[in-house]
Amino acid sequence: MGSNAAGDAARPLAIEARGLVKRFEGFTAVDGVDLAVPEGAIYGILGPNGAGKTTTLRMLLGIIDLDAGLRRVLGHERPHEVAHTIGYLPEERGLYPAMKAYEAIAFLGALRGLPLAEGRRRGKALLEQHGLGYAIDRQIRQLSKGMAQQVQLLGTLVHEPRLVVFDEPFSGLDALNQGKLEQMIRALAAKGTTVIFSTHVIAHAERLCDEVAIIAGGKVPFAGPVDVARDRIRPQVRLETRAADGPWRAALPADARREGALWCFSLPESGVEPLLRALIEGEAGILSLSIERAGLHDAFVAIAGEAAARALAAAPEPEPSR
Amino acid sequence: MTAPARTGRLSTLAAALVVARRDFTAILLSRSFLFFLLGPLFPLLVGGLAGGIGQKVQDSADRPELGVAMSRADIAQLRVAHWRLAPQLGPALPELVVLAEVPPGETFDPVRAMRRDRANLAAILSGSLAHPVLTGPAERITGWQGRVALLTAEAQRSAPAATPSVRLAPIATSTADQTHGRVVTAQLGQTVLFLLTMLLAGMVLSNLVEEKGNKIIEVLAAAIPMDAVFLGKLFAMLAVSWVGISVWALAGGAVWLGAGHSLADYPAPAVGWAAFLGLGVVYFSLGYLLLGSIFLAIGSMATTVREVQTLSMPVTMLQLLNFFFASYAMAQPGTWIEFTAMAVPFSSPFTMLARAAQSPALWPHAAAIGWQLVWVAVLVRLGAALFRTRVMQSGPKRAPRRRWWRRAAPVTP
Repeated sequence: MGSNAAGDAARPLAIEARGLVKRFEGFTAVDGVDLAVPEGAIYGILGPNGAGKTTTLRMLLGIIDLDAGLRRVLGHERPHEVAHTIGYLPEERGLYPAMKAYEAIAFLGALRGLPLAEGRRRGKALLEQHGLGYAIDRQIRQLSKGMAQQVQLLGTLVHEPRLVVFDEPFSGLDALNQGKLEQMIRALAAKGTTVIFSTHVIAHAERLCDEVAIIAGGKVPFAGPVDVARDRIRPQVRLETRAADGPWRAALPADARREGALWCFSLPESGVEPLLRALIEGEAGILSLSIERAGLHDAFVAIAGEAAARALAAAPEPEPSR
Repeated sequence: MTAPARTGRLSTLAAALVVARRDFTAILLSRSFLFFLLGPLFPLLVGGLAGGIGQKVQDSADRPELGVAMSRADIAQLRVAHWRLAPQLGPALPELVVLAEVPPGETFDPVRAMRRDRANLAAILSGSLAHPVLTGPAERITGWQGRVALLTAEAQRSAPAATPSVRLAPIATSTADQTHGRVVTAQLGQTVLFLLTMLLAGMVLSNLVEEKGNKIIEVLAAAIPMDAVFLGKLFAMLAVSWVGISVWALAGGAVWLGAGHSLADYPAPAVGWAAFLGLGVVYFSLGYLLLGSIFLAIGSMATTVREVQTLSMPVTMLQLLNFFFASYAMAQPGTWIEFTAMAVPFSSPFTMLARAAQSPALWPHAAAIGWQLVWVAVLVRLGAALFRTRVMQSGPKRAPRRRWWRRAAPVTP
């Protein structure tokens, strides 16, 4: 989780979007999206492929125009006015193959207003810091895909932006580099940088994010703190009894189902004490009873629906880079 | 990291320069630039070879002969007359070929003789020196009539006609020569302008398609306005072309001067050589920017080289028409045709360059340059807008919309 507490209503917003709409040739890719990303937060946009994540991010960054709605990025309605304080790593990575690694970082910085000489100096320093010192003078075409991705990531951060936007940043990375990226995101948030990223992998969002927006079919059915999303569904009870049947069965809620030797069901709204009392008085013979808080995946299923969850699970993961 | 950030918001021009600097360096250091520099050598080489061979073929084929069928005495006198006149008339006097010595009382059929397979026989002179008959195709004998009359008249003289020595008093150029020379300069200027703009617009298009392949375009679009990306790419290629033109001019100029030529040998354009060359650079730049912005807009819609070729073909054809229109307008000075060609933005650079060769007034050029700049700005904005709407689409591919004219699927119960 990010370093900053989530749900602080007084915190100023790094990104505010209301009713974003984008249509492509009669097809509505994004349909009335509302977002409020607090400054300093790690914010995830969670949804299956084709849900509208990339289009939403592109609208927020001013890469494409809105068909309807309002957006405010770091207090500006035109994102290019604050482009020098934003870093963006698109889903489709790309660098000039003939450029040297440090030049590529400097060029990305120059696009954000960092003087070229300073960019070169920082580029070399960043490559050294991240264990890529040997690649400083190598052309991008001479690097592995994973190294090139790291170079682009460093180029995204070279001008020390206040807001960093990553589109599917974990895609294509091996487990080791995914871990490094998670650390880097936490470090950015610890310095007060707002990080917003899209992903179709719930585990990343669950580990990192203060807040998430769940997006499916171009709409956002939920946006807010991760804990609030989890609380949308009641905790799950797993019960094992000695008695196979008896009066205690009346205490089980309607959604109770058998999974092997266990009974699984949502914790009734009345809470755990009345349930326990009913089980004991009904002579269930409790062998074990556990209550688990819902995970983000369960919350996603509950909020976005089974179809979106299946699409999320089916999303192909690009081959990890070398 | 390091020192505190010292970034600042870039203006559109500053952002364009970041892109232009990168593109300029990359192109200049690429192999394609070497081919670009060597490019003009290929047509020159091929043209030179083809021209040399063609000239040789033409020289051997186009040596028309005048067949003679007369009495032996007449032939002898004709030969002497030909020998006397050849130094005066040179190649204008056709070669004589004796076909037959016609004895007295006999006749010769020149029509039948013309049908015989003799390659370079253009006409036949028969009859006598007093009553010569010239037989041959109408066009040829009309052209030779005077020369043959002169030849037969000379043949009838016992002594050669006294020809006075003509003193030559050469001048640099006449008004007629100057007008002709300026037309040639204008045509040459238009052709060079057309070829260069087409070549460079094509290069900038390839550059953009390559960039889309590199997938860096989204990084650019996120950081700077698309107008700046467009301007940067156009400026970079323009700067590359200036480098190329400078190299060509220096190399070509050295060869030209080395061969003993100078600009003074040729009729000066109406505005003078310095202004003409300066205007040539300006109109080349504007013509390229106009066409390049259209090609960039096309590039935003295309994803493959094949698509680029398909989409750019109509524009190339239209530009060819503009070139022809400007060439035609050059021959209609002061008419509505010339003014239209000046006003149409894509033919304006060609027309104005031709005007610079033919008319000394400079103010129309100031107006035309302003007008063309306005169109460059408009086209860059339109191209950038088109790029934003066409390129950065994402999400699932949708099935094409059903056309109203397609038959509806049968309703199953």
